[in-house]
Amino acid sequence: MIELDNMAYSYGGGELLSGVSLHLQPGAFHFLTGPSGAGKTTFLRLCYGDLTATAGAVRLFGQDVRDLSRDDLAVMRRRIGVVHQDCQFLDHLPLHENIALPLTVSGQASFDDSNLRELIQWVGLSHRARALPPELSGGERQRAALARAIIMSPDVILADEPTGNVDWEMSQRLLTLLIELNRLGKTVLIATHDLALIRAAKSQVQARVLRIANRKLQFAGADL
Amino acid sequence: MSPFRWILSILQADTQADRVVPPTGHTVRLTLFSAAAMAFLAVFALALSMATGRLAVRWGDELARSSTIRISAPAAQMDAQTEAALRVLSTTPGIKSARALTDEEQQELLAPWFGNGVSLAALPVPQLIEVVEEGDGYDPNGLRLRLQAEVPGATLDDHSQWRKPLIRAAISLRRLGTLSLLLIGGTMAAMITLAATAALAANAQVIRVLRLVGATDVYIAGAFVRRFTLRALAGGVIGTLAGMVAILLLPGAQTEGGFLTGLGFQGWQWVLPLVIPPLGAVVAYFATRAAAMRTLRGLR
Repeated sequence: MIELDNMAYSYGGGELLSGVSLHLQPGAFHFLTGPSGAGKTTFLRLCYGDLTATAGAVRLFGQDVRDLSRDDLAVMRRRIGVVHQDCQFLDHLPLHENIALPLTVSGQASFDDSNLRELIQWVGLSHRARALPPELSGGERQRAALARAIIMSPDVILADEPTGNVDWEMSQRLLTLLIELNRLGKTVLIATHDLALIRAAKSQVQARVLRIANRKLQFAGADL
Repeated sequence: MSPFRWILSILQADTQADRVVPPTGHTVRLTLFSAAAMAFLAVFALALSMATGRLAVRWGDELARSSTIRISAPAAQMDAQTEAALRVLSTTPGIKSARALTDEEQQELLAPWFGNGVSLAALPVPQLIEVVEEGDGYDPNGLRLRLQAEVPGATLDDHSQWRKPLIRAAISLRRLGTLSLLLIGGTMAAMITLAATAALAANAQVIRVLRLVGATDVYIAGAFVRRFTLRALAGGVIGTLAGMVAILLLPGAQTEGGFLTGLGFQGWQWVLPLVIPPLGAVVAYFATRAAAMRTLRGLR
């Protein structure tokens, strides 16, 4: 699905990531951890082609990102659901339209409304469907971002600190949603520095933990 | 895509796609106003172009078909020389008619300078003979030689000396009108490009979100292009109608009214300004599309 082959990324003269290799298999559940500023967000952006590796290769569904045009990459991104830490939305559109945005831009304007309603209900936002993004709480925004990320039924879900702005109870709800998606066959990669969340997840799902340290990607041991 | 389907795709509102770009009153008003102002000016430039075209044709035709013979002779010989000149003219091929202007007509010609009621007898005024041509006209060099031999006081003025500069002036004015139209089109493209670039820059966050969810550049550009094209079309319609009304309200064309009174459209020419709004929309379409694709390329 997503392959990183001896990949490196440099920015502003400094190397952020070096010699990174990873193959995300279908149905896998991974956590990506590391100290703040280690490059977790950069790593995720490289995984969905928002950044281009300065060395090595990143392949999405078998195709090298460097060989893809911008439009090809955009189409490829529809197979990857991304949940950002800062949950970017179109503030002038109500929540239900924001969640349906991937369908809209892919030309599926005549999607089944009942599926959308079900999805909004699944993330517990039925009562907020017509609210504008600035009116939502942090937890509501995170759940809405997750709903938007999965509405196209992507093969991979990349989540960057999805529980960063929410309380423990809400983070558990979001984690449960992601585990449910993984059980439906989706590949999940969550970048987080929240070790308690990782421990909670490991009791429910077989998850591998990756750590970025000193520009390298390592597999974390059982000490987590 | 055929032109018809292309126009249809622009006019058909894709409500979902259009909604992804937030409504911005500022650029809407600017684009609408610019397009309306440019269309208004374009109507006048077109009218100028049409009027100068007519003027060139009229001057060319009317002046080419007539000439004047001026007889300057002592008063005692004036009548004899006039009759001699008329005789020469009556036997010259290519001349339809020739007649000596009456005293009243000559007084009328002098009235703008000397006022009414001036006595021609008190002034050394030459006798004028109006010559109207037919067919391919006469041979001016041959006529000059005959007049020189038979009517020593006669001077032939076939209007060529001042007809050519007049026609050149009219053609230059027409070129000026065409150049104005091109400049107006270019200015409109520049203004729409600036407005579109500003709108794209102001919506960088929207573009980031759209890319995150898999929108192609063509889709993102399309949302902006459709909006600006329709605004330019609406502004063009308003400006063109206003321009046509203003032209209609100009004083009617009269022969004594000078140049401005003839500025306008005649007959089928009234259809021409209606081309301005769709033409403006085409300019807006390409200007916005180029600006959008350029900006999106820079936003990778």
